[in-house]
Amino acid sequence: MDKTWNNKAWFLVLPVLVLVAFSAVIPLMTVVNYSVQDTFGNNQFFWAGTEWFEELLSSDRFWEAMVRNLVFSFIILAIEVPLGIFIALNMPKKGWGVPVCLVLMALPLLIPWNVVGTIWQVFGRNDIGLLGYYVNALGIDYNYVQDPYDAWVTIIIMDVWHWTSLVVLLCYAGLVSIPDAFYQAAKIDGASRWAVFRYIQLPKMQRVLLIAVLLRFMDSFMIYTEPFVVTGGGPGNSTTFLSIDLVKTALGQFDLGPAAAMSLVYFLIILLLSWVFYTVMTNYDAER
Amino acid sequence: MNLDLTWMAWTWPTAAFFGTILFLLCGMAAWEFVSPGGNPRVGVLRFETTRGDRLFLSLLGSAFIHLAWLGLVGSNLWWALALSVVYAVGVFRYV
Repeated sequence: MDKTWNNKAWFLVLPVLVLVAFSAVIPLMTVVNYSVQDTFGNNQFFWAGTEWFEELLSSDRFWEAMVRNLVFSFIILAIEVPLGIFIALNMPKKGWGVPVCLVLMALPLLIPWNVVGTIWQVFGRNDIGLLGYYVNALGIDYNYVQDPYDAWVTIIIMDVWHWTSLVVLLCYAGLVSIPDAFYQAAKIDGASRWAVFRYIQLPKMQRVLLIAVLLRFMDSFMIYTEPFVVTGGGPGNSTTFLSIDLVKTALGQFDLGPAAAMSLVYFLIILLLSWVFYTVMTNYDAER
Repeated sequence: MNLDLTWMAWTWPTAAFFGTILFLLCGMAAWEFVSPGGNPRVGVLRFETTRGDRLFLSLLGSAFIHLAWLGLVGSNLWWALALSVVYAVGVFRYV
């Protein structure tokens, strides 16, 4: 049967178009306008052309922040995804343990980002922090304020603590949707634990895993609040990610033109990555 | 009512840029009106794309072509624009 075609239905999306225009399109247009101009305040602008983009693309500071961001995203994905799957596989599927585990898993997700940063900033301190104090007591020299390596370890552990739960909950949702008949058939065939995981559980989790990877990648690529609260981008620039660099340029130095150019390049990268993930996900759906 | 848009810091080149995007979107809407359905097909990327996907890929790719030109060649962007047009034609023809 043919679908009813009625172009008046487009009016139904008008409210959301107006909303998106005010919340996204108009600010984006303003950023584009700023990116080709210079300002010294008082709403006075001077044409700068492509100067800020050229400066940005030849800036070591920008590329170093980009590399840090990519490295950070890949490290946390490499930890959070396998760890999330492992925890989800070992969570109870029946009984009183289910709500207990679900609540425990949801707790880190309920904490605001700046509070998470503050918790870990205090937790990692080697004078009053539980983690910092005892790690040093074990004879390991740990000081995230002075040592870049320690700062990275702290931020990665903090992110893993904060966000692995999301992967766990998504994987768990995928796992509980597998009918018992699949496991019974595997048992009759004498399938090993690995075979059950490889041929039953993993395929059933693939869709939610893609969503988890997409969400975690995008979120980690845009991370700002937690590392800013814990390290402020330091020591030196060792944990200065793109978003921190952007805020320093825009609000710290009040260089609106260069900051706008950086925002646009950052936006284009996010747009490209989102498109890649979206395409992978929708094509995977279509294949199924 | 006096609509003051000076805070948006408009310039003629950026207005022309957004005007072109608006023109392209209107053109796509007219194309869709004349030939509904989005002309979905599987091209060189081996997955289905519609006209809208192809326009998105053209615009996104053009942005990166311009950035690459700025970073690697110089600030004269007319050649980057020409390259982007060739790229967009290629996307609409083969993707």
